Amino acid sequence: MPRYYTEEHEWIDVDGDVATVGITDFAQGQLGDIVFVEVPDTGAELSQGGDAAVVESVKAASDVYAPVDGTVTEGNGQLEEDPALVNSDPEGEGWFFRMTLGDKGQLDALMNATEYKAFCDNL
Amino acid sequence: MRYLPLTADDRSAMLGVIGAASIDDLFVDVPAEARLDGPIPDLPNQASELAVERHMGALARRNRAAGDGPFFLGAGAYRHHVPASVDHLIQRGEFLTAYTPYQPEIAQGTLQMLFEFQSQVARLLGTDVANASMYDGSTACWEAVVMARRITKRAKALFSTGVHPHYRSVARTMAKYTGDVLVEADPELVPGTDWAALAAAVDKEVSCVVVQYPDILGRIDDMAALAAACQASGALLIAVVTEPVALGLIKSPGEMGADIVVGEGQSIGVGLQFGGPYVGLFACKAKYVRQMPGRLCGETVDANGKRGFVLTLSTREQHIRREKATSNICTNSGLCALAFSIHMTLLGEAGLRQLASINHGRALAAAEQLAKVPGVSVLNSAFFNEFTLLLPTAARPVVHQLAERDILGGVSLGRLYPDNEGLENGLVVAVTETCTAEDIAAFAAALKEVLA
Amino acid sequence: MSTPNASGWRPEMNAGGADDSTTFTGNRALMLEEPLIFEIGSTETTGVDFDSVVIGRPQIGNLYRTDAIGLPGLSESETIRHYTRLSRQNYAIDLGLFPLGSCTMKHNPRLNEKVARMPGFADIHPLQPQETVQGALAVINELAMWLIKLTGMHGVAMTPKAGAHGELCGILCIKAALEARGEDRRVLLVPESAHGTNPATAAFAGFTVEDIPATPEGRVDLEALKARLGPDVAGVMITNPNTCGLFERDMKAISDAVHAAGGYVYCDGANFNAIVGKVRPGDLGVDAMHINLHKTFSTPHGGGGPGSGPVVLSEALSSYGPIPYAARYADGSFKLVEEESAHVEHPETFGRMTAFHGQMGMFTRALTYMLSHGADGLKQVAEDAVLNANYILRSLDDVLEAPFCGSGPCMHEALFTDNGLAEGFSTLDIAKGIIDEGYHPMTVYFPLVVHGAMLIEPTETESKAVLDQFIGALRSVALRAKNGDPALKSAPHFAPRARLDETAAARKPVLAWSEPAVAPGTPSLSEIGGS
Repeated sequence: MPRYYTEEHEWIDVDGDVATVGITDFAQGQLGDIVFVEVPDTGAELSQGGDAAVVESVKAASDVYAPVDGTVTEGNGQLEEDPALVNSDPEGEGWFFRMTLGDKGQLDALMNATEYKAFCDNL
Repeated sequence: MRYLPLTADDRSAMLGVIGAASIDDLFVDVPAEARLDGPIPDLPNQASELAVERHMGALARRNRAAGDGPFFLGAGAYRHHVPASVDHLIQRGEFLTAYTPYQPEIAQGTLQMLFEFQSQVARLLGTDVANASMYDGSTACWEAVVMARRITKRAKALFSTGVHPHYRSVARTMAKYTGDVLVEADPELVPGTDWAALAAAVDKEVSCVVVQYPDILGRIDDMAALAAACQASGALLIAVVTEPVALGLIKSPGEMGADIVVGEGQSIGVGLQFGGPYVGLFACKAKYVRQMPGRLCGETVDANGKRGFVLTLSTREQHIRREKATSNICTNSGLCALAFSIHMTLLGEAGLRQLASINHGRALAAAEQLAKVPGVSVLNSAFFNEFTLLLPTAARPVVHQLAERDILGGVSLGRLYPDNEGLENGLVVAVTETCTAEDIAAFAAALKEVLA
Repeated sequence: MSTPNASGWRPEMNAGGADDSTTFTGNRALMLEEPLIFEIGSTETTGVDFDSVVIGRPQIGNLYRTDAIGLPGLSESETIRHYTRLSRQNYAIDLGLFPLGSCTMKHNPRLNEKVARMPGFADIHPLQPQETVQGALAVINELAMWLIKLTGMHGVAMTPKAGAHGELCGILCIKAALEARGEDRRVLLVPESAHGTNPATAAFAGFTVEDIPATPEGRVDLEALKARLGPDVAGVMITNPNTCGLFERDMKAISDAVHAAGGYVYCDGANFNAIVGKVRPGDLGVDAMHINLHKTFSTPHGGGGPGSGPVVLSEALSSYGPIPYAARYADGSFKLVEEESAHVEHPETFGRMTAFHGQMGMFTRALTYMLSHGADGLKQVAEDAVLNANYILRSLDDVLEAPFCGSGPCMHEALFTDNGLAEGFSTLDIAKGIIDEGYHPMTVYFPLVVHGAMLIEPTETESKAVLDQFIGALRSVALRAKNGDPALKSAPHFAPRARLDETAAARKPVLAWSEPAVAPGTPSLSEIGGS
């Protein structure tokens, strides 16, 4: 199952026609203790680069952007109860939402793990 | 000058440390052509405390204070007796001269008070949570409409005709710029509310229905059916309370199903003050808390495990969210909230119920006596401490004629609705515990004389 | 809570702390713990005695409130003690220097309080017949006159309830003026260093916010601003003196350029204290500026409001200002121009922003303050405020990085960063360390344009001796942060509370008190939120 990364520090796992999206370990480290996550409603239409979710620490609120076009199929309801999952397991249990892939071609422009590591190292 | 401690020697020593030759060197970035050489002309120079007090005292004496004689005004601001302890405590410098509690380790006094205030307000209004206060009732009302838009993602608000005209006017001003659609109109002089009609009008495009309780004419009604109609359409019911003392006698809006309850808290602890500063109350169901505007205080623990309080959920607010904030509000009405909270603590539930009961009792007596004046009748079938009199003539001149007899006898609907001739015979009369039997008798006698 | 809890404070509630195990109560001499009113009060208790009144048959329909409301009461003596104890857990200007940058925490004269409490001001109803409140209308009118003369502007809107409300008022005037011209300009330019209310206000009024770039010396980049101006730009929102504590030297040129491009200039007047009596915003081309009466004009901050935010307006915008306002007539009488006569006397108004007529209680205080100082005293206010700030800047720039100290003198506040501290130490540690020295911290992490900002505004009401002691204390704390003193990481040590867990507060918000779920005496605080 290929994993892609964006310059906005989202990761995206692609499984057939569905993708799972979250924020990277690097991103959660920058944000600090996460206190609240607002995930999109099922059925929400997302377009690449548009607002998809909000993640909040005590003193900051950050938008999470849609990595590609598509429709939300599921939000991670667990994050409402336990936003700390984003800190403890950002690239696993702390996923944000699942979505369909409107245009698989958009994936080509994203980074793979090696490229993303290099990207972070240069920040 | 008595407020400025620096001496001439201090000033020159400090300029030496800075390395400036004169004070003007510190204003070098102000363009020379705009810099003022001397004090601004046409304004007086400094004055002694005695002289200033004399000047302001003379202005104060040109006003007829409510306590100077019989007084029956309400319509959104109410005169109640405020115990002496309240004003003493809010003048403690640690409350009066503190800033917003952004440094919680040295602001627990303000924070604990706000937590207590929020808890008192939520209980009084019958809701789960309340914030740390807003500017006043009218701005809280508008913020509630905006909040309902955020929650429902709809932009059409239905206003009851019984909502205070100034509150409607504020909402009208703001809606012009935000694109919200308001459906609103002046009230009619009928005994009951328009809530059944509103319940019938709610549809899937409506974000919220706004009702006032007791309303501008003093009418009270059960909002449970309206709440159910709102819920069925996915709209929110916003209840506005401008006289919170009423809730010591009559059911709370939260209990009857209101989703957001806002109000003017002035009547508990805060004096009339010619309209401000007052204290906006803002409360709602727990599930909407993240869409609330304004400051919130929450409980937590410190590094030693001791209970303490902090401002929380601040990511909703402008200093973090900037253009995406729930509101641009940057403050609350802290000292007025303190006054409200102290007064409420002094009253307690038993005292509040007794106070409310006395208010209603005085109002019943006044309504009965005033209705005996020839040509005068009481509009309301039910009321708390305020009701509308129907006079045989326009009420506005009557108010002035009463004032000439040193009786402040209510608020004419002509003042509140100057363009609506159909309302001009209405006079809104508020009767609180501050009105004595003699005041009521004097009012009735004077009204009889004026109308004769 | 329905039964009286005569015992008051319960020792076990405080058992968590290691450092308070030495006393039974958890108190430490004058540092007194205080429970919540819900823990010490009773719904049966009242601290108010009432007249006896005969009450007739109620006319409230079927609305009688039968549920238990749950509001605790205390006797008067207990009430005084509860709030007096709470008050002692607060820092305040009355206790010492309160150097919050951009907040102008100056001495609050007590004459102001006395005047505001005169019955002729405190005990009058906003809807009394106007012939019975001529003195109140005179106060509003006289204060308006002072504000206009001090700022060199054309008009003033008195009703805004606070600074942010004033910003909204100014922006709505701009919007109304554009509408009158039939132009649909959607963009407001706001510098990154602006206070958060600026973009929040602009967005609330339907504008799109774009950043104005800054120069390396911390001022608006005039050329970049000029390049961005055009037919889509409604105007700019500029803070002057700005939030880095610097005067915008190019203010007049900025105004001229914006006006030439058809836009308006909003000035955030939060920092007016630095320039009152020294320069008039009207002479710099400003179209609208709010004035925080609770900053420059000494009305008390009250632990977070109430404020008051009148807005002075240029000739171009005055006719759009809100109703009501107090007008003076030739015969010396005053009248409120409100809904009734607005269509004749003020036909272009954008409308009403609040019920009634504004923060009267703040107007009386502010006018009292102005009369006390007079024109000469207010000029001295600005000079001493700026002198005090520069004294702090130059006395500490060897231990703390002052990012713009090469940009000329500061105005009323000195800006430092946390660059150069030991690894792992930041502005937060300095702020918490200065608490132990007996001060309120400076403004921290604002403005956002420098790293770990510390913004210090001493105001003019501090003596040199007070400043010298503060400088010594801050120097000491800064050196500890540079040397990596581990004790600083857990400061404050001597405050009523240690650092509070804000993460826990935000993750599981407890926003209202609720009865303990188990037996009385067991601390159990249920949660609100998430429903």
